[in-house]
Amino acid sequence: MRLQKATRFALYAALELASRREGYVSASEVAAKYGISQNHLAKVLRTLGRSGLIEASRGVGGGYRFVGNAKRTTLLEIVQLFEKVDPIAAGERQPGDATDAGLTLKSVLEEIEDTARATLSSVSLDTMIKMTRRHAERRAAKGTDQRQPATLVP
Amino acid sequence: MAPTAAAKPVKIRRASNADLPTIIALDERVTRLPKTDYWRDLFDRFSRREQGRAIFIADVGGRVVGFAIGEVRAWEFGSPPCGWIFGFDVDPRFRERGIGSMLFDALTSFFRSSGVNTVRTMLRRDDNLIMSFFRSQGLTAGPFIELEKNLDE
Repeated sequence: MRLQKATRFALYAALELASRREGYVSASEVAAKYGISQNHLAKVLRTLGRSGLIEASRGVGGGYRFVGNAKRTTLLEIVQLFEKVDPIAAGERQPGDATDAGLTLKSVLEEIEDTARATLSSVSLDTMIKMTRRHAERRAAKGTDQRQPATLVP
Repeated sequence: MAPTAAAKPVKIRRASNADLPTIIALDERVTRLPKTDYWRDLFDRFSRREQGRAIFIADVGGRVVGFAIGEVRAWEFGSPPCGWIFGFDVDPRFRERGIGSMLFDALTSFFRSSGVNTVRTMLRRDDNLIMSFFRSQGLTAGPFIELEKNLDE
């Protein structure tokens, strides 16, 4: 499954902010950590702000902070802010859809999509943060070179 | 949450036959499906051979508010020995208190002491609540996939 750039950036931003609840985090810090352009990130942060998941504070010491419930916010909720994760049945009709082969193909594709949706809707930001920490710990234990700082580990 | 029980400590212990009626009642309350015969048969099988099998109970002030059931299974579907969790529930009034995590920890410790280092479960794809719980405990998709067929179609 491929996610659009904006979706991936939003997930990174939400994870970063949700893992650092102690204060505001600057957009430039998030942009630098994940190699994202500040312009692109600003658009993504506006959308996250409108959704009520994050809030911004201007001025010295300002930035963004996560104000949602990390245990209740799922990856699917964030993905759906930026792109559709609709079942095939809700999509536009394509030639051949009404044929037996088309309907059979639809059921196979729905099986794949159901699994993707179930996965995204069962992983909360809190779980992602834990998984990321475990991943970083395993990498550190193996002594693996890291091109970027270990994400989400203060 | 039951207000009077909120402050009482949670005790995780192995189940005894005396817990059977409360487990049956709790399961029926959560799933809305009575399965008395299933539970009696399960307790009977577990009491006849306990090795690699365990039922843990979450007890709050003498009241059963959750359970976790598992056993070590080997070579089904070609899988090496692995701990299976196939029964798990917490009374909705006692959720969000870490009781599920305590039950999970007890069962996985039991599996480790039984010599296995993998734990597995199966759940409905649309059961977001329980799937989120197991994900939060670190479970991810494994190497197997479940397939089925409706024999009436």
